[in-house]
Amino acid sequence: MRKTDILIIGGGPAGLAAAVGAYEAGARDILILDREERLGGILKQCIHNGFGLHTFKEELTGPEYAQRFIEKVLAYQIPYQTETMVIDVSSDKVVTCVSRQNGLERIQAQAVILCMGCRERPRGSLGTPGERCPGIFTAGTAQKFTNLEGLMPGKEVVILGSGDIGLIMARRMTFLGAKVHACVELMPYSSGLKRNIVQCLDDFGIPLLLSHTVVDIHGREHLEGVTVAQVGSDLKPIPGTEKYFPCDTLLLSVGLIPENELSEMAGVKIAPSTSGAVVDEQLQTSVPGIFSAGNVLHVHDLVDFVSEEAMKAGANAWRYIRHELPQGGRKVPVEMGFGVGGIVPQFVSEDARDKVSFMFRPRNVYRNARVIVELNGEQVYAKKAMILAPGEMVNLSLPAEKLAGLKEAESILVRIEVPEA
Amino acid sequence: MKYELTCINCPMGCRITADYDGKEVTNIQGYTCARGKAYAQTEITDPTRMVTALVGVEGTHAPLSVKTRSPIRKPLIFDALRVIRETTVRPPVRIGDVVVENVCNSGVDVIATENIEA
Repeated sequence: MRKTDILIIGGGPAGLAAAVGAYEAGARDILILDREERLGGILKQCIHNGFGLHTFKEELTGPEYAQRFIEKVLAYQIPYQTETMVIDVSSDKVVTCVSRQNGLERIQAQAVILCMGCRERPRGSLGTPGERCPGIFTAGTAQKFTNLEGLMPGKEVVILGSGDIGLIMARRMTFLGAKVHACVELMPYSSGLKRNIVQCLDDFGIPLLLSHTVVDIHGREHLEGVTVAQVGSDLKPIPGTEKYFPCDTLLLSVGLIPENELSEMAGVKIAPSTSGAVVDEQLQTSVPGIFSAGNVLHVHDLVDFVSEEAMKAGANAWRYIRHELPQGGRKVPVEMGFGVGGIVPQFVSEDARDKVSFMFRPRNVYRNARVIVELNGEQVYAKKAMILAPGEMVNLSLPAEKLAGLKEAESILVRIEVPEA
Repeated sequence: MKYELTCINCPMGCRITADYDGKEVTNIQGYTCARGKAYAQTEITDPTRMVTALVGVEGTHAPLSVKTRSPIRKPLIFDALRVIRETTVRPPVRIGDVVVENVCNSGVDVIATENIEA
């Protein structure tokens, strides 16, 4: 059987950074597998700017950001195999993959890093009634058509959901000559970044219909229009508020789902709050030697943080192989207190060295709040935040000395404190 | 005239109000940092945006992604897009290669943002 020290599944931003992180930590026997023709993952089709402000102090486009990491992978001569689909990962780290070049292959790795990213929530998961006609795309699929294939999905567009990909596609379709009639959002607020609402909708006079949803889809041979209605505080359509929008294209931007089928095959435990792997502060999953990073672990807002996380996973995979990671010790669970959702990591090793970072999503919009970390009911860390919102992930970094009491701790509590009204 | 803006510099998304008499922006309120104040100034007098777009590539249907090297004035966006759309390039192309010089006399070049092998 073919062997490698570190096998990385996925050659997108996470996989590339994991490889770079592993190499820079000392690993030399690394292999990246990716199912597409070229490295770069989703960044290849994200041709808009706004990437890399943290990492490179420049505002790059997606392809430019990816290229920075691809060039490192090439310079380090890290092997990669594209057009290779991983179909199984076992708990003893045997990875099964298929490719035209090598057929079916089994590779024994000493450590595996899961970097499969996420996929878009499809129409089927929404339960929207109406015809199942052509003309309905997830925003990312439409983005692939326009930006990579040079194809236009349609000319008269309605967008359901106001996630960032939907907003970015509202502008792209406008730039390419289409008319975007509306962006329809179920919630009373947008999940997209404010700057994207201004730059992608307001700039072109595209209405953002908050507390609205698509209640019917019309057209047999092809999409002809959608019916949009206002929703109440129970998120149910209000009868009598229906409005018909003729369109030939409906784009969906209604959420992202980490792609963890392979993780589950390997027996990796999945956290309900992130739909990603349960990991410790080293980004090691419940299966020793299997690590996870990037959008497959939890959906990020910024690629910069994906790269940072994946570099850490790469370095830790090498330390695992070298027996330099704390193994077998007790793991202290991290609990989510008021206002905290989707925390990563879910466990911290009691003998954790270095600094420990926590990332989570606020459950709501909180102003003049404080983020607090408690150990055994005692506050060990607090940070002020002018504004916290579900659309912006919170990133905390605790120096090891703050967690000196970890050995005696039952749990770590992370919570948000808001001023009394 | 009274202006109401949402600052796009950071997640705070400050609601900024200001007065503009056609010459001077005055009475800027609601910003919480210097960047917000500066944003209100340019956004009212002469707003600019980065433009990213696609150009054709000889011998393939797959387009090349490009961007303006720096932000251009907002009223120029659609003229610039028209010029960019009519452009095709011949591989090889490297990131940073100039695809359109001084697009629409904006003083800004349009450059490639990905590599295409010959």
